[in-house]
Amino acid sequence: MTESNLKKILDAGHFAFTGELGPPRGANVAAIMEKAKFLVGNVDSVNITDNQTAMVRMSSWGASLIAMQAGLEPNYQMVCRDRNRLAMQADILGAWAHGIRNMLCLSGDHQQFGDHPQSKGVFDIDSMQLIGMVRKMRDEGKFLSGGDIDDSPKMFIGAAANPFAEPFDWRVHRLAKKIQAGADFVQTQCIFNMDKMRRWVQQANDMGLTEKVYILAGVTPMKSLGMARYMKLKVPGMDVPDDIIDRIKGVDKKKQADEGIRIACEQIQEFKEMKGVAGVHLMAIEWEHRVPEIAERAKVLPRPKV
Amino acid sequence: MIVAERKPFQEIKDMLKDAKKVLTVGCGTCVAVCLAGGSKEVGVLNAELKIARKLEGKPIELGAATVERQCDREFLAELDGVIDRYDAVVSMACGVGIQFLAERYPQIPVFPGVNTTFMGANQDVGWYEERCRGCGTCFLGITGGICPVTMCAKGLQNGPCGGTNNGSCEINQDQPCAWQAIYERLAKQGRLASIMAICPPTDWRNQIPRTIVQPGYAKRKQLLAK
Ligand code: SF4
Ligand code: SF4
Repeated sequence: MTESNLKKILDAGHFAFTGELGPPRGANVAAIMEKAKFLVGNVDSVNITDNQTAMVRMSSWGASLIAMQAGLEPNYQMVCRDRNRLAMQADILGAWAHGIRNMLCLSGDHQQFGDHPQSKGVFDIDSMQLIGMVRKMRDEGKFLSGGDIDDSPKMFIGAAANPFAEPFDWRVHRLAKKIQAGADFVQTQCIFNMDKMRRWVQQANDMGLTEKVYILAGVTPMKSLGMARYMKLKVPGMDVPDDIIDRIKGVDKKKQADEGIRIACEQIQEFKEMKGVAGVHLMAIEWEHRVPEIAERAKVLPRPKV
Repeated sequence: MIVAERKPFQEIKDMLKDAKKVLTVGCGTCVAVCLAGGSKEVGVLNAELKIARKLEGKPIELGAATVERQCDREFLAELDGVIDRYDAVVSMACGVGIQFLAERYPQIPVFPGVNTTFMGANQDVGWYEERCRGCGTCFLGITGGICPVTMCAKGLQNGPCGGTNNGSCEINQDQPCAWQAIYERLAKQGRLASIMAICPPTDWRNQIPRTIVQPGYAKRKQLLAK
């Protein structure tokens, strides 16, 4: 049985660096291969999103298998919006059988945001319960119902955290709940408000949570002023302080992307030194081809071999 | 109470296109309170139907009756003998009443006059809000008396999700985040411990038709059988 590369990296105490790959709106294998090319060797594991923003895309496990062929280690995302506990457990077994070793358990954006707003959201269980279910499958070798699993999947279990959404004081307790449910690692929402992030990590340190879970800080480079404004105003749960907007606005239009990357690299530098942060999750949204440059400038290369 | 909305007129008219004698039956309970299917609404619908059919050159004969509760045999009995004079019925009760009426008179087509929408509360005359989905495993005791199955867009049992937006739900600025409200209420009561524990997966009890037989009823039945 191969072990999760991400787990090995983190267990060995290396600063992890993960990426993201959104499957295509179709069965376009070449599109995945093209994106993968920029990620291979530059990240430890790649999140393969699951019908992100409630738009139909190639299934997360399907794209994960292709990513593996391309030489990437997938972090298989699963949302609670689209399947019930039977389908979830079945997919987890299938994913494990095909060599997928990491999972990220999410609630999922509401279907109203996507291209099928008429659909029935499933939400049979929530992300907390999904984490618990994957752990039960792994540690007890049992289905949620209590039935025995014949050769159980041993996923490295991930969860999401948004330190910026209200109520702020509750967020660290929610992290604690996810750890209690069984999360091994946590990837945060895109961070722009560093002040708030520092406070949240401090709280997690104080509660001893960072000894129990690996926190990967979510970093998204701004491509342009337009994107920064959009993220600030339109994306639920996103906290973009004015100083970020001002910095991007302050440079020539042609230099905005470069400034966005510079901000991201400064953040990554700070996270490398921040107690309680075990790595960075880079969400370069539809910007995979810039990942090699970002990784280089953030000085996270070469990736350790473990 | 059960809240319903009158169906669009065109839809009702289409359902009745082959009928010549129609009885419109209102219900005097929930749907009357929410102004969807009481005696007043029966009158309005009949007036609309009468004019529309006259204009089409296909006049219709209409009767009106409103019973106290269509979900109760005792009150439905009032229609025995009356209903046979019609070739179709429009029921303006909730889905339960419509079915109960259709069950009692299986020889007559019964059409719904309303869309039954939710179990909710009367915020004001003409303003109703959903509060319960009848999940069958009520956990309001944990959530400070606020139902996340109904009020959280994702029905989360361990919220809030990461989308909450300054107290609003991610789906809409005007929709308060149920979990923010739960958090605030429990914080004020000093009961946050109640949601710090993980709420286990729900035992969804509303996926099959449900029946409740009270112990007292079962006992009576048993005695009678002897
Ligand atoms: S928890 Fe279930 S029974 Fe209780 S109010 Fe909500 S939907 Fe109704
Ligand atoms: S924002 Fe609040 S109400 Fe809306 S889905 Fe998330 S937890 Fe539920």
